Amino acid sequence: MQRYILSKKNQITLISGILIVIGFMSKWTVENMDVFKWTLIIASILGVAPIAIQAYQALRVKVVSIDVLVTIAVMGAFMIQNYEESAIVTFLFLFGAYLEQRTLNQTRSAIKELIEMAPDSALKLMENGEFEEVDIDDVEEGDVLLVKTGAKVPVDGTVLSGEGYINEATITGESVPVEKKEGSKVYAGTILDNGTIRIVADRVGEDTTFSKIIELVEEAQDSKSEAERFIDRFAKYYTPAVLFIGLVVWVITRDIELAITILVLGCPGALVIGVPVSNVAGIGNGARNGVLLKGSEVISDFSRLDTIVFDKTGTLTMGNPSVGEKEYYGDNIDEALIFLASIEKESDHPLAKAVLEEIGDVQFLPVENTEVVKGGGIVATVNGHRVAVGNVHLMERENVKLGEKAKADIARFEKNGNSLVLTSVDGELKILMGVRDQIRPGVKEDLQRLRKLGVKNLIMLSGDNQGTVDLVSRELGLTEAHGNMLPEDKTEYIKRLKEKGQIVAFVGDGVNDSPSIALADIGIAMGGGTDVAIETSDVVLMNSDFSRLPHALGLVKATARNMKQNIFIAVGVVLILLASVLFSEWMNMSIGMLVHEGSILAVILNGMRLLRYRLR
Amino acid sequence: MKGEHNMKSATIQLETLTCPSCMLKIEAALKNLDGIDKDTVDVSFNSSKVKLNFDEDKISIDEIEKAINKVGYEVIKSKVK
Repeated sequence: MQRYILSKKNQITLISGILIVIGFMSKWTVENMDVFKWTLIIASILGVAPIAIQAYQALRVKVVSIDVLVTIAVMGAFMIQNYEESAIVTFLFLFGAYLEQRTLNQTRSAIKELIEMAPDSALKLMENGEFEEVDIDDVEEGDVLLVKTGAKVPVDGTVLSGEGYINEATITGESVPVEKKEGSKVYAGTILDNGTIRIVADRVGEDTTFSKIIELVEEAQDSKSEAERFIDRFAKYYTPAVLFIGLVVWVITRDIELAITILVLGCPGALVIGVPVSNVAGIGNGARNGVLLKGSEVISDFSRLDTIVFDKTGTLTMGNPSVGEKEYYGDNIDEALIFLASIEKESDHPLAKAVLEEIGDVQFLPVENTEVVKGGGIVATVNGHRVAVGNVHLMERENVKLGEKAKADIARFEKNGNSLVLTSVDGELKILMGVRDQIRPGVKEDLQRLRKLGVKNLIMLSGDNQGTVDLVSRELGLTEAHGNMLPEDKTEYIKRLKEKGQIVAFVGDGVNDSPSIALADIGIAMGGGTDVAIETSDVVLMNSDFSRLPHALGLVKATARNMKQNIFIAVGVVLILLASVLFSEWMNMSIGMLVHEGSILAVILNGMRLLRYRLR
Repeated sequence: MKGEHNMKSATIQLETLTCPSCMLKIEAALKNLDGIDKDTVDVSFNSSKVKLNFDEDKISIDEIEKAINKVGYEVIKSKVK
């Protein structure tokens, strides 16, 4: 029975909400006080049932939870036949719990999704020499496994034979596929984009890098629940204090009505609703402006931020390489571009995609005699012309003369952090393109806005080489920038910052960032990133829109301020009410209730101001 | 009570926990049991897991699970090492 009632908590909340609405409608429209009374009585009894059960379970193990306090308050209101208060208080309490649960479930599905991304089977070499599909738990170190195109690598291992390109985004965050051949290391959870490989298992089960990421997320998620404990800590002193005062008053005056009035007045009505209302309004404003804030703890931490740590790829930069600079030499450039596009169309090299995107739609020509030059590029015949596409080495091999201007251009492109794609037609340089991961437009201005909002340190961590990292850092004017960092280096770095007492936000996108996102005081995910990063995070910037970040920070600061104002109003009103009921003649229950309800109205109106908040 | 006894460590996966006071309840329920190393009881809220060390000579994993059931929470599975 107890369990049944608890499992129907959401339905109970809904029904009690509807009953309250019906009750007030009949009071205001047809002035039927009987309907008003009975609907609220039923709503109260229904609503208090699950709360009372939880209170009982808690009391049995000697824990005074907030359920206990609410139950006593509601019973008190019921005893003095104030069904209005009893019904509304239970409804608000249940509805608040429901909202809490919703956000919590979202946070948690992150782990579930991570686990679902883990491989569950493998093709294992059996004693008869055939590969058979086996459960992932039956794979041991030293087993030989087959991985086909499109399949997940089941364990951490070393390639025995075969070649292919693996998308290691789950581990490194870089979605550019990495070439794997004999002797290369491969990681569980990564995906073989093309090719077929045989691997030997080095680490299996919980020892794989991927499993460790899962564990990191789990641990990090539970390393923060201080704000939640505050609620109970508050209740621990506040409501017993009110109860105690009520009891003392009853003992001294023998006036039950007065004692219960104190309980009703002291019942943290505006307090219960004041903070959530600021939250809901702040979160609502965010949602309309592309910022998803997950829950209330996030807001208070986020508003006190010292340091923001950024992932580079996909966060400060676009994440997919594109052509940033280009130079043309000599005549017939249009023709050369068509040749280039025709050749690149047949290549699966990461740079080829960027080049094709740059050129756009053209009429492709047939390509013949394609020769792949290792570590150089491609040489082929198009329309009877010998076309070479590749790096400087390839041009030297093809005896292409590089003029003074071309040499200067190449030096400049390289200095700006580009990978080079040169195109020659019949031994003459025609096109030079610089491909790189572009900095997101407007990021620099957004970072300045963040500084203005009081962020002290802007730090970038990246798996990329230090040279590229320094380049981006200088361009953006960051406080610090570190390259060559693995996911665990990033979490280690964040841990150190936290130990120094800083409040740290981490902004990232890939699954590899999940541990950092979960560990940081505020984990911020770029919405275009992986689902796991989004769900592990505290804040999501929708559509990967970096410019939402300053708005988000300004908004949480406003929301935190608003929350403090509401607490001030609620506590202030309660104190004044309690004082006047004890020390003045004019206070009675109906005036008290009026002020009480007025304070609730005041905090709601104050909270609603947040809906119009805009960053100036 | 460390060392000379048959100490095991358990990881217990619970149904999804939704309120912070759940943690207090489960913690209080477990700490009242004999044979559990009180200092090791760790209820994690987000992953809904309980980790603890216990003396297998004094209490079984079944009894621990029952104690959790009694304060109103389902045990999904437990691992003992």
